Amino acid sequence: MNTAASDPANGEFEPKIVAYVCNWCTYLGADLAGTNRLEYPANVRIIRLPCTGRIDFNLIVKAFEIGADAVLVSGCHPGDCHYTSGNYHARRRWMLFRELLATLGIETERVHFTWISAAEGKKFQQLISEITSTTRDLGPYHAYREICETCEV
Amino acid sequence: MLQPLRETCRRLLDDGTVQVVIGYGQAMRAVEPYPVFITDPNDVGQLVWNEQCRTNLVKYLLRQEIRALGKPAIVVKGCDERALVVLEQESQIERSEIVVIGVACDGMAEARCEVCDAHQPRFADHTIGHATNKEQSAERRYAHLAEFQERPIADRMDYWKAELERCVKCYACRQSCPLCYCQRCIVEKNRPAVLDTSPTLKGNFAWHIVRAFHLAGRCVGCDQCSRVCPEGIDLRLLNQSMARASEASFGHRSGTDPQAELVLGNFSKQDQEQFIR
Repeated sequence: MNTAASDPANGEFEPKIVAYVCNWCTYLGADLAGTNRLEYPANVRIIRLPCTGRIDFNLIVKAFEIGADAVLVSGCHPGDCHYTSGNYHARRRWMLFRELLATLGIETERVHFTWISAAEGKKFQQLISEITSTTRDLGPYHAYREICETCEV
Repeated sequence: MLQPLRETCRRLLDDGTVQVVIGYGQAMRAVEPYPVFITDPNDVGQLVWNEQCRTNLVKYLLRQEIRALGKPAIVVKGCDERALVVLEQESQIERSEIVVIGVACDGMAEARCEVCDAHQPRFADHTIGHATNKEQSAERRYAHLAEFQERPIADRMDYWKAELERCVKCYACRQSCPLCYCQRCIVEKNRPAVLDTSPTLKGNFAWHIVRAFHLAGRCVGCDQCSRVCPEGIDLRLLNQSMARASEASFGHRSGTDPQAELVLGNFSKQDQEQFIR
């Protein structure tokens, strides 16, 4: 991700949001939002993965490393997983992972977790708008970017 | 304490129950005891037991060159023994193929020993000495972490930046951890590379996040990683944060119950969290 692109000529900050979504629910929810012509901010980069249970915690770290200002992880509602239990496993994992992030001083309010079904196009639209505006208020994630810039010296 | 320990080891080697004893020995000039691998019953005099026996020896059970020596007996403290419980739960060791010699310990003059509740080994085949296990509340056990977490988030980030800046990526934390046993560690996978392996701040954050999280719900708190760190980075803060969370959320304390299910290998539909919308 190009850092310069987030600072358009007018100097306004445009947050970059990476969304890791599951193939079976949230991706279809996003698709539904599209087919219904529901407008949501273009700040989100959607990355489709098989299941939330398959989303490695390294991907969240990686997103911050390459310049994301917020990360969204979203999948099927509990009980709805295409693979019966992937989202339950994911839920446990995130419960512990958030603790680690908090201890490391990484801002957990920039890491969002949601359940969005294939029928919830409206919820997807609202969520992306909300995350974009809260991230805009939080500002660019300089703290983690500074960590990553030291390696380019 | 030392005499019965040596006698037990001599007996086990003499009657052929085990072929090797993994224990603490004393080098001539070294301050701290170092691990010894005794195969001859006449060498049990090399074994020592004192207040410096902090090292967790469990890692050596997994080493191929040690396994090649035959059936092992291992000297453990009540705290080290928890790693054996987890290794058995994760099918890394066959408990019946190992003789565990537990030594009662009154503390090794380390800060963590003050809040220890495992002075007396519970799962050992032979127990040397006697100590009393005191109940310790979670608040007391995680007081160090709680104090750290009270600091503002920016402070915590600055703290880790300063600490991890010094990390030289020697991977001693991984090599000495009894629960880090992958044949091929994720940092060694390079087609494609998963992590930035350079010893820069970015690479160091990536590594320590991975190392800590691969111990989520598993770390038994032996503090071997912090002890071996040449830069003195307090890695136990990271391990403890998840140990405390798995205790609070799932009632799971790693290595205390051989019948317990693994935290991240299982799930419950009743898991309660507040942050998923």
